[in-house]
Amino acid sequence: MNNWEFVIAGYLGAAVGIGSYAVWVIRRGRRLTQKVPVERRRFLD
Amino acid sequence: MKSAEITSTKSKTTTVIGYLVVAMLPIYLAFGLAVAEPHSEQGESVRLLFVHVPSVLVTYSAFLVVLFSSAMYLRKKTPYWDLLAGASAEVGVVFCAVLLFSGAVWGRPTWGTYWEWDPRMTSTAVMFISYLGYLAVRRMDLNPTVRSRRAAVLGILSFVNVIVVHYSIDWWRSLHQGRTFDQGNVQIEGWYLFSFSLGLAVFTLSGLWLLIHRFRTLYLERQLDLVDLDSAIAERKSEAKTKVSP
Repeated sequence: MNNWEFVIAGYLGAAVGIGSYAVWVIRRGRRLTQKVPVERRRFLD
Repeated sequence: MKSAEITSTKSKTTTVIGYLVVAMLPIYLAFGLAVAEPHSEQGESVRLLFVHVPSVLVTYSAFLVVLFSSAMYLRKKTPYWDLLAGASAEVGVVFCAVLLFSGAVWGRPTWGTYWEWDPRMTSTAVMFISYLGYLAVRRMDLNPTVRSRRAAVLGILSFVNVIVVHYSIDWWRSLHQGRTFDQGNVQIEGWYLFSFSLGLAVFTLSGLWLLIHRFRTLYLERQLDLVDLDSAIAERKSEAKTKVSP
């Protein structure tokens, strides 16, 4: 039984879903860090 | 690190977790896609077990964190619990989308269909939609305290969906197979168990990494809101002063 197309689709789907969310979170974090005044970033130390 | 040097939401913990995920990922893929042998009945599609079941467990855990943080917010009223609940709900929704997708893709070769209105699948879809609703409530244009309180109540109520999903295969006749872990009994062994454990470790660490980053991003969003509020108050005060002075 060969169902490799489904296996690859499943693994790729997971990678794309989690990966794109991770990229979005990182980019948003970087953008917000630039906007927030220095004294209010202390928590991130 | 000085505050001025901080340019992202990363921390020592997320760096360590990130390296661990990067190191484990190729091993996980090698075992999941090559070392574990095809199943006698399911063939190669059994490899989807190593994506689907870890995503289920991370989804459940994330929603459990939402329940706990929401309860803590209602008790303590500190914004950090609210931020943790929000971050965890978002991570849970992402993993829930992965579990729905991988389940549908696994269903096609196993059951001959991507989707069936079966109790387990339907209740999972309802759980996904209910947590999307929770995230929508968090974005409502309301007084922040009222919004956080409503979100916390919804975060607690939504957990009922997780219980329904978990027990759906016991309560109703379901096409879905039994649990991989049933009351401490592991239904898989050998390389399957090893590959699954690797998958669980990679998914859990990824979920934790995302949770920490998202929590810190939400913290920054809150700080920006507070800056806006401070400047609005200062503006009103200077307006009032101008009106009073002759």
